[in-house]
Amino acid sequence: MASGTTRTKRTAHTTAPPAAEAPTTSTSGPATLTSAPSRRAARRSRTALDTDTGLVHRRWWTPYLFLLPGLVMVVLFSLWPFVNTVILSLTDAQILRGGRFVGLENYGRALDDPDFWTATVNSVVYLAVVVPCLVLLPLALAVLVQRKVPGIGFFRSAFYTPVIASAVVVGLIWQWVLRSDGLVNTVFEKLHLISGPIPFLTDSTMLLVSAMIVTIWKGLGYYMVFYLAALGNVPTSLYEAAALDGAGAVRRFLSITIPSVKPMMLLVGTLSAISALRVFTEIYILGGESGGPGGGARTLPFLIRQVGLGFAGETGYAAAVSILLFLLTLAFSLLGHRLSKGDER
Amino acid sequence: MTVLSSPGARRARRAPVGGRGRKAVLGLSGRYLTLCLMLVVMLGPIVWQFLTSLKGRGEDVYGGVLPSQPTLDNYVRVAESFPLLHYVGNTLIVAALAVTSNCVFAAMGGYALSRAGWRGRRAVFTVLVATLMFPFESVMISMFLTVRSMGLVDTLVGVWLPGAVSVLNLMIMRAAFLAVPKEVEEAAVLDGANEWQRFTKVFVPAAKGALAVVCLTSFMGAWDDFLWPLIVLTNSDHYTLQLGLKSLAGATTVNDQRLIAAGAMAALIPMMALFFALQRFFFKGVGEGALKT
Repeated sequence: MASGTTRTKRTAHTTAPPAAEAPTTSTSGPATLTSAPSRRAARRSRTALDTDTGLVHRRWWTPYLFLLPGLVMVVLFSLWPFVNTVILSLTDAQILRGGRFVGLENYGRALDDPDFWTATVNSVVYLAVVVPCLVLLPLALAVLVQRKVPGIGFFRSAFYTPVIASAVVVGLIWQWVLRSDGLVNTVFEKLHLISGPIPFLTDSTMLLVSAMIVTIWKGLGYYMVFYLAALGNVPTSLYEAAALDGAGAVRRFLSITIPSVKPMMLLVGTLSAISALRVFTEIYILGGESGGPGGGARTLPFLIRQVGLGFAGETGYAAAVSILLFLLTLAFSLLGHRLSKGDER
Repeated sequence: MTVLSSPGARRARRAPVGGRGRKAVLGLSGRYLTLCLMLVVMLGPIVWQFLTSLKGRGEDVYGGVLPSQPTLDNYVRVAESFPLLHYVGNTLIVAALAVTSNCVFAAMGGYALSRAGWRGRRAVFTVLVATLMFPFESVMISMFLTVRSMGLVDTLVGVWLPGAVSVLNLMIMRAAFLAVPKEVEEAAVLDGANEWQRFTKVFVPAAKGALAVVCLTSFMGAWDDFLWPLIVLTNSDHYTLQLGLKSLAGATTVNDQRLIAAGAMAALIPMMALFFALQRFFFKGVGEGALKT
C-alpha cells in the first residue's frame, strides 16, 4: 500500500511544472516581503506559499467553510448518536417515552439476560471461525491468481463477484442452495448420501454455520485483493535467491511469502473481526426475522435491533447492549493494533 | 505489480533439459484445474440461481441444471406481479442523493483536511478517525431516534441522510488531494486563483480517480444497503430494492423460487455490469479503504 502511494506521488511530480521553478518562487516570496515593498510583491507575499510549513495564506475561515457540510453530518449522525447511546444506556428510556437515570442497571440486566449471552457467544464464535478462514483462504486465493497466466483477469473478476452482490442477494442465493429442498439436499438425497434433509437453515447451530459459510464465501474475493496488493510488493529477487538455494515452493511460501504479507494478514484479521461482529443480514435472510428457531442464532446486532425498536422498544437496554458491542469491537481493533505494533518492533 | 516467474518455470531452469517442458505443463494445468475448481465454488451458487430464474413455469425447478424451456418470462412476471420497478426507482432516488452529496461534500471536506495552516486541523482529523471506530450497529438505535426527531422516519430522505457524507470518503479525498504536487498549487496561486478556483479548477480535476471511487462506492452502498432502510422504512411504498427483495422472498403469495431468483438476479445484474465496466476503480477503492487503519 505504502509504496503504491509513493508511486502515484512520484508520477505526479514528473507531470508537474519543472521542479526548478519551485525553489525560486518559494525563496522570492518571503524575501520580497521584507525587502521590496512594491505593490505587486506585497500582493504576491500575501498569497505566497511558505514551503517549510506548506502554509497558504487565506481567509482564516475558508477551511472551516469547506469542512462545514461534512462535519455537520459527522457530528449529527456519528458523534452525537454515540454520545446519545452512552447517555441512553444509563436510562430506562423506551421508544415511545423518555427515561430517567438508572445508573448501570441496564448493564447488570444484560449480564443476567440469557438472550444477551446467547447473542454474545454467537457473535464471538462467529468471529473465531470466520477470522482465521478469512485471513488464510484469501491469501491462498491471491497466490493462486497472482501469476499472470492467460485468462487470469477473468478469474480474478469472477472471484470478486460475490463481493459486489448485496447481502440480501447473497442470502437469497444461498438460501436456494441450502434449503431443505435446495440444491445440496436434493443432490445428496439423489446420491443416497442422506436419508433426510440436512437442517442447514432450521437448526440454530447449523444456521450459524451456514451464515459463516456465506460470510466467508463473500469475503474471499474482497480480502484476496488486499493480499494481491501486498504480494505485488514482495521483491522477486527474494524468491529467485531462495530458489537458487534449493528452497521448494512450500518452503518459499512459508519463509518468504508469509513473513512479507504478515502486516497485511493482521490488517485483514482486524477488518474481518470487526465485520464478523456486525453480522446481521445473512442470518436475517437465511434464518428469518426471529433469528433461527427460538432466536438461537441471533447475533448482537440482531438482538439490539429486536430489543430496541418496535412499539415496545426498550431503547435504554438496547443502548447498553450497543455499548457492550462497541467495547467488544474496540477490544479486537486494539488487539489488532497492538499485534501490528509489536510486529514493527 | 511485478509478475513472479512461475515456480514450475524456475525449477525447470535447474532441471535436466528433458523434464523441463512436461513439468511446466503439469504445473500450469494443475493451476488451471484449481482455478476452475474455485470458479465453481465462487460462481456456482450465483449461476444456479440464474439458471433457476430462466426455468419455465411447466418445468421442475430441481430437474436438471440447465432449464429445458429457457424463458425470460419470470422477469416479466416478477415486474408485473410485484412493485419491483417501483423499489428500483426508490433506490435510485436514494442513490442519486448519496452520490451527489458524497462527491461534493467529501471533496470539499477532504480538500480542507489536506491543506495545512488552520487551527484545529489535527483535532478535527482525530475526531473523524475516531468516528470510524463506532460500528454502525452500535449507534443505529440513537441514529434512528435522531432521524425520528427530524420527522424523517419512513422517508427516502431519512434513508439517505445519515450516509450523506461518509468519513471514509472524506479520507479518500484527503489522500488524493495530498498527492497533488505543491508546484501545481503554487502556480495557481501565482496566477491569482482564489481558494474556490484552485479547488474546482486545479484540485478536483487532479483527483478525478478518487472522486470516481467515491461516486462508485456511494452508489453501491445505496443500492446494497439493507439494515438501515429496514429500520427507517415501514410503509412498503417507500421500500428500497433490497427491502423489496426480502419481502418478495417472504411473501407467502409468491412461493415460486423462479420469481425470487429473477428478483435477485435483477438486483445483481446491474451491479455486475457496473463492475465489469469499471473494474479498475473497484480494485482501487479496496486499496484506498485499506489505508484507513
